[in-house]
Amino acid sequence: MFESLSDRLQNTFSRLGARGRLGEADVDEALKEVRRALLEADVNFKVVKDFVGRVREQAIGENITKSLSPAQMVVKIVNDELIHLLGDEAVPLASAQPSPTIILLVGLNGAGKTTMAGKLGLFLRKKHRNPLLVACDVYRPAAIKQLETLGKQIQVPVHSEGTQVSPVTIARNGIAEARKNGHGVVILDTAGRLQIDEALMQELEEIRAATNPHETLLVVDAMIGQESVRVAEEFNRRVPLSGFVMTKIDGDARGGAALSIRQVTGVPIKFLGTSEKVDGLQPFDPPRLASRILGMGDVLTLIERAEENIDKEEAAKMQKKMQKGKFDFEDFLSAMKQMRRLGPLQQILGMLPGMSQLKLDEHINEDDLKHIEAIIQSMTLEERRNPDIIKQSRKERIARGSGSELEDVNELLKQFREMQRMMKGMMGMMPGAGSGRPAPTNNKGGSGKKGKSKKKKARAPQLPGARPGMPGFGPQAGLGPNSSPSDIESMLRNMRKDQ
Amino acid sequence: MFRRLFGGDDRKTEQPEEQPPIEDTATNAEHAPTAEQPRPQARLFASVDALDVEAQRIAEAEAAAARRREQSGLRRLFGGQERTEQEIQREVAKTTAAVQKTRSTGMFGRISDMFKVDQLITPELWEELEELMIAGDVGVDTTLTVIERIQTEVERNNIYKASDARALLKRELVQLLQVDQPQFSEQTTKPYVMLVIGVNGAGKTTLIAKLANRYKQEMGKDVLLGAADTFRAAAVEQLQTWAERIQVPVIAQGQGADPGAVAFDALQATNARNADVLIIDTAGRLQAKYNLMKELEKIKNIVSKRVPEAPHEVLLVIDATTGQNGISQAKAFMEAANVTHLALTKLDSSAKGGVAFAMVQEIKRPIKYIGTGEKLDDVAVFDPEAFVDALFED
Ligand SMILES: Nc1nc2c(ncn2[C@@H]2O[C@H](COP(=O)(O)OP(=O)(O)O)[C@@H](O)[C@H]2O)c(=O)[nH]1
Ligand SMILES: [Mg+2]
Repeated sequence: MFESLSDRLQNTFSRLGARGRLGEADVDEALKEVRRALLEADVNFKVVKDFVGRVREQAIGENITKSLSPAQMVVKIVNDELIHLLGDEAVPLASAQPSPTIILLVGLNGAGKTTMAGKLGLFLRKKHRNPLLVACDVYRPAAIKQLETLGKQIQVPVHSEGTQVSPVTIARNGIAEARKNGHGVVILDTAGRLQIDEALMQELEEIRAATNPHETLLVVDAMIGQESVRVAEEFNRRVPLSGFVMTKIDGDARGGAALSIRQVTGVPIKFLGTSEKVDGLQPFDPPRLASRILGMGDVLTLIERAEENIDKEEAAKMQKKMQKGKFDFEDFLSAMKQMRRLGPLQQILGMLPGMSQLKLDEHINEDDLKHIEAIIQSMTLEERRNPDIIKQSRKERIARGSGSELEDVNELLKQFREMQRMMKGMMGMMPGAGSGRPAPTNNKGGSGKKGKSKKKKARAPQLPGARPGMPGFGPQAGLGPNSSPSDIESMLRNMRKDQ
Repeated sequence: MFRRLFGGDDRKTEQPEEQPPIEDTATNAEHAPTAEQPRPQARLFASVDALDVEAQRIAEAEAAAARRREQSGLRRLFGGQERTEQEIQREVAKTTAAVQKTRSTGMFGRISDMFKVDQLITPELWEELEELMIAGDVGVDTTLTVIERIQTEVERNNIYKASDARALLKRELVQLLQVDQPQFSEQTTKPYVMLVIGVNGAGKTTLIAKLANRYKQEMGKDVLLGAADTFRAAAVEQLQTWAERIQVPVIAQGQGADPGAVAFDALQATNARNADVLIIDTAGRLQAKYNLMKELEKIKNIVSKRVPEAPHEVLLVIDATTGQNGISQAKAFMEAANVTHLALTKLDSSAKGGVAFAMVQEIKRPIKYIGTGEKLDDVAVFDPEAFVDALFED
């Protein structure tokens, strides 16, 4: 689990007891943590050195203000500098006059070029730019078939000539076809190649010379390590890049290579690949990537994951049920299951800014959740729907059935009631459902498909609260008393951008 | 909306002033492994006795190396892989060729040069080593642990020459890669069922083709492939194209089919045809995706139900260019599918898979194969010593 930079700095500074002004010693101590965080995010070590140097200059002598602690101060400087270096603003795709605009995709094997070609195709088709895909990967078995399948899926034509024709010829012919048929954009998918493979790099130079692309985009896997620098430098030297795209950021890689590549090539990041599906494409978003690289929480990823993994119909049903005040243990159980789909608990918590500072793992852990699940599973359907009927003998049976102590069962029942009470208060403040993207809290709705009970007492629709030992994120879950304003800021900035 | 979520009140963003200071000297010290320690080179041999000690140490080291050679001989036999000396030689040569191609520019090459010279060990040497290991994706934690261990050894044994420290470093790295993993015999287990897993684009399908070829051509096995990557466009065709080239049958149901059902079919076909080896290809999946990891569990359960003890091998494929995310991959795949071995692909790239040291340690599973190119023949059985030797070859 990544420990966020702000946690670490917090620890460093409380040890140092920094006051007033950030002295050199304080800053250097803090920068060790910054260095480590960046290295763990796979930022190239040389780039880390430069970066740390810049931050040092800015941080030393900085006044510690009332509103920011020293740790927050450094986090803010680091975060701002990172966003700045990643690129303050997005650079759109080139648009050539006269058309077609030619886009050449290049990169290492397995980086995700073909999938990216499909995504760009769909993106451009939706923008009415009438793209044409060209299959220049004649080496990897079925690479052409892969592009053709994607083309069909996104309803974009594909130019291909099998594997016996040279990629240079295919590229040239593809462009001729685009001219003839009035396509606005040509996307050239090329074979993956190592930057040290002389023959294939030469071939790439030839393709470039033959096609004169307006955009040459390097496709980079978010999981790439320290080599990103050499890879990018060499591709850039052989076929001057106009930008790069980072794929697979829907995983848990921190994506530090984005900073490295940006630094060594100077070309902008243009897109992020956010899922395996053809619509998983996003324009580059510096603040989001910055907080990700720093391990500072990535609410957007959490939301995306929620959208991808949670059954929307079930969630809607659940919400309705909750609004009618029929939230019972059945729902609670399925809510837990839904939440689990988002990933291991620690990881979910880690994605919420400031969350890891709460040291929640001391209160909630995966085993507790399993334990709670076991207790609920030992209840009869009747009991789950109507917890009020659970009296002593039932409690004893449930305890036996789930291999727990009677106290545990009592505690769960007590907390469940408490949770309902708390939720009642909260729901009063809740605006109507459906305000754009679902927030993480809304997504824990379970199925509740069998919930027909009319007996439930709780009237207000409820959310599982974040009581110790209980799953879910309640009022105190998102940002703790220790969370830093820059966390909040960057999160809000992300949110706004997204709406 | 978010205000409500995050507490409603105007957050107390100011830190509670008096946080108990956190005992963190340990992690802090890690960052400056060289800072206050007495320099090894400061202590030259104090007496003639020390020379004897040194001589004995060298003798011991030689004996240990001989033992290791013996053990590695055994290791090569383990798992029923009775390979001839020739085969072993050929594979070591492959490893060496792949690893060395970029050695001169890569981090290990530089480490090697650094330690080659008969210079004294200096603080700069440690610093440079740290930097080079990190540059090789070994990761901060593993790097610091390794360096600390070597430093301790260096002090304990009064080593003062860089070239002697080099042997320690090599040994340390080899040890990180050596973990015991009992394995089903590929010779006597029938059918021998393999599940090949990993993130998208790691090189699973290509490796499967290489392995199928190897089983068939070199070990004379009857091989069957299961095309359970039913998600990625043309993934089935990719496997089929390879299978045609090497003339082995593929069980497939096409894109969109249930991968569990494909696995089931493949097992049935394996039994019906009395095949020796079944290799199941799976869709690439990022370890953070809950549903996909569950799917993997499901596939594995289907296999176990059908053939007791299967899958005999669960091979996690890792791209050598992977950075620190490899550790998260190892953990998550281990949890979902109980990985038995790792495979390190794309070692012909300029990256050398430094994160593998941490991965092996994290899940205590050995690397079994390396991929060294895009052709069928570009595969070798991994051998820690050959690998580390190749990294340091002069
Ligand atoms: N250079 C090199 N490329 C490889 C190696 N293994 C696989 N590849 C390439 O990596 C890309 C992705 O491989 P593939 O087997 O489709 O990955 P999968 O998605 O994990 O099945 C393809 O272009 C392969 O040719 C290797 O050892 N070296
Ligand atoms: Mg595949």
